[in-house]
Amino acid sequence: MPAPAVAMQAISKRFGAVLANDAVDLAVASGTVHGIVGENGAGKSTLMSILYGFYQADSGSIRVNGQPATIRNAREAMALGIGMVHQHFMLVDAFSALDNIMLGAEPDWRLGPARARVRAELEALMRDTGLQVRLDVAVEDLPVGECQRLEILKALYRGARILILDEPTAVLTPQETDALFITLRRLRASGTTLLIITHKLKEIMALCDQVTVMRQGRVVLDTAIAHTSLDALAEAMVGRHVNLGRDHSAASAVPGPLLLHAQGLRWADAAGITRLDGVSLALHAGEIVGIAGVSGNGQSELLEVLSGMRAPSAGSLDLAGRTFTPAHWLDPQTARALHLAHVPEDRHRLGLVLPFEAWESAVLGHEHRPHYASHWGWLKRLVMQEDTRQMMEAYDVRPRNAALRSSKFSGGNQQKLVLAREALAAEGPPKVLLVGQPTRGVDIGAIEFIHGRLRAMRAAGGAVLLVSSELDEILALADRVLVMDRGRIAGELAIHECTEAALGRLMAGASAHAGEGQT
Amino acid sequence: MTRPVELPRWLDIVVLPLVNLAMALAVAGVVVALIGLNPLQVLTLLAKGAFGSASGFSYTLYYATTFIFTGLAVAVAFHAGLFNIGGEGQAMVGGLGTAAVALALDHALPAPLLLPLMVLGGALAGMVWAAVPAALQAWRGSHIVITTIMFNFIASAVLAYLLVNVLRAKGSMSVESRTFADSAHLPGMHQALAWLGLDWPSTPLNLSLLLALACAAGVWLFLWRSRAGYALRAVGHSPSAAHYAGIAPKAQVMRSMAIAGALAGLVGMNELAGVQHRLLLDYVVGAGFTGIAVSLIGRNHPVGIVLAALLFGALYQGGAELSFEIPAFSRDMVATLQGLIVLFSGAMAQVAAPGLARVYGWLRPAQVATAGAGQAHG
Repeated sequence: MPAPAVAMQAISKRFGAVLANDAVDLAVASGTVHGIVGENGAGKSTLMSILYGFYQADSGSIRVNGQPATIRNAREAMALGIGMVHQHFMLVDAFSALDNIMLGAEPDWRLGPARARVRAELEALMRDTGLQVRLDVAVEDLPVGECQRLEILKALYRGARILILDEPTAVLTPQETDALFITLRRLRASGTTLLIITHKLKEIMALCDQVTVMRQGRVVLDTAIAHTSLDALAEAMVGRHVNLGRDHSAASAVPGPLLLHAQGLRWADAAGITRLDGVSLALHAGEIVGIAGVSGNGQSELLEVLSGMRAPSAGSLDLAGRTFTPAHWLDPQTARALHLAHVPEDRHRLGLVLPFEAWESAVLGHEHRPHYASHWGWLKRLVMQEDTRQMMEAYDVRPRNAALRSSKFSGGNQQKLVLAREALAAEGPPKVLLVGQPTRGVDIGAIEFIHGRLRAMRAAGGAVLLVSSELDEILALADRVLVMDRGRIAGELAIHECTEAALGRLMAGASAHAGEGQT
Repeated sequence: MTRPVELPRWLDIVVLPLVNLAMALAVAGVVVALIGLNPLQVLTLLAKGAFGSASGFSYTLYYATTFIFTGLAVAVAFHAGLFNIGGEGQAMVGGLGTAAVALALDHALPAPLLLPLMVLGGALAGMVWAAVPAALQAWRGSHIVITTIMFNFIASAVLAYLLVNVLRAKGSMSVESRTFADSAHLPGMHQALAWLGLDWPSTPLNLSLLLALACAAGVWLFLWRSRAGYALRAVGHSPSAAHYAGIAPKAQVMRSMAIAGALAGLVGMNELAGVQHRLLLDYVVGAGFTGIAVSLIGRNHPVGIVLAALLFGALYQGGAELSFEIPAFSRDMVATLQGLIVLFSGAMAQVAAPGLARVYGWLRPAQVATAGAGQAHG
């Protein structure tokens, strides 16, 4: 048996009080796809950062293709044939795809000849691997899936034979994910070793040969995919049994009274491109309405219009007995006063003020309430901090430290804090809850918890509008599903009509339109 | 690839600035040695000049007072995400406001009524002057760094025009207003202390120091204890999150700059009402720009700003004393020293952080190892 492509032995790494890796062993056979799964903070990213030279292990050894290796930085990793594709792409937006690949590895100081040589090599590489990228298009104009192919191509061009992919499907549509998997299998067939960090177990099962599960800095399971199951992986990852499927005991609720009614919403961005093109929807008490669709088809804009962050150019909104028109649209404060809560898609940019301490972020948008500020405008800090502690308790936000900076919490805990605020910081429970991508970048235990809370809000008679790019999530939660395509509602399906295939068809149509401009 | 260095709070706030200061002094020491002077002697003389006598210390505090005002003006804008380079102009126009009130009313009102009005006049004038670039930023997107710089020049020109053509005392050849009547004189600290029966040498130090300290306390209360300050900081840290919360960024831009302008506008109380007792040209002499360094070194926190203002006050006073004692140590050398401190404490503030983190790591491994062992067994 040949030496494994990567053998890491007894790797330990400590950050302050946290033992991120605790005597971790990892062996990756050459020419296989090896999955590394674990919740946020399980130590999988640290381990890969050690392999890629970002961090140095405190102890332990690394062998690459049987040879002992010290990897002190990315350049040394690259020299050993190790490449990495980061979750957040490392690309220069204004540069063409070709220039991005060439950057830092120009074969000639004259850019003209350099481009010609790199282009020739890349075209051969693209033919061999099936990674098709339009080389002359600026990165900012490329769709996400193509940017990812570009990142992989970049690593391969630099001679990577061992490729680390960090959450490669986090930003991809189902179609792009499928395409990526085809590419990755092809790379494996040509002898490339692939290491995939993810928390999406389905993908592990579909793609990998071997899987290593990490929890709290240790390896808790290392097995061939053929010998394990989705449930076994989930249980190993979380340390207890988890249930993410549809809760069949709660049959689709009978919709209650109409709580929110939007009609003919239209909005065009600064460049004049129509982002919302006559969207109408109704939300009733006791239902979760899912919005599916390839991202960028107006879902974000819809949330922003409904939550009062921007006014549409046409349309109307009925909420809590009031009618809003473009000239007198609601603002976020009014929306909150009318018991409309909004968990934004982007918790880093919108949901939290990252440098704020947790208790400061936990009252964001509610700071003017008499409960939190005196008549003279002084903050009632003790009340705020006490409320934050209660939110943290009720929504299991860890660590339970109201004075910790918002940026220091993991993604799942940040999301739970935002959700807790929207549910608890207002005068009463929200009647309408708008939720965007509630579990993006959130680990499995937190997903289960967040889903439970959303169901509980439905059970309490709230109306939930759920925008998600995860079909699984929509299928697990929604009572009916709207599919958005180029700013319109392309179709509506009751949940019992929804299959991944049926939704995929509506969405795939959408993506074909968006990508090609015509069918 | 740089890695973020995570230092404990006390190291970050207390030790790091001291290390930066020490580095600046070390490099300054080399420069001093190069021109053939004894660095230790120079440093001793500098410290003695700034802190060695009641009168020297008073001068230090007098300089510091102005820097507190201009430093706070930078900090309040900074917390709203704005870089206010216009402290210089705001201080000039603020002084104009103070002087205008004094010249108009000094024969009509007694000091207890007039002085608060002068404070108000200075603050309002500075506020209005800062509000113009703020409005241009909020509604027209004109970058506040550019506009505030431009407004410094305009302020300087307006001040010169008014002094030459309108406010100049009749028959006087010098470009300054008439002297304020006594009711418009802010009492010196020595006078105030004399009322309390304390003996203090007569220096330019005046009651503005108390006003400056009150402003520092007020800024702290405003930023960290009031709803308005919360909204301002939310916009400064994340305009998008503030928008999500329903906080209008435009209003916060206006508010922060108005407060900044008012604070800078109070420089006139120290320099004009407290010392010069008339309006003249160039009474701000770069204090607006020094305020940027003060705020930067003080980490944009009122306590840090008071300490940094004290440091710069000491440099001004000690430097003046020094060039008097050692003629070879010219004012340019003092400027060099200030420049080095700004360089190390401001622009290169984080340079020493990785080294400090490493030293901290060396000193702590015992602790870590025992904790690790405990965990391994547990």
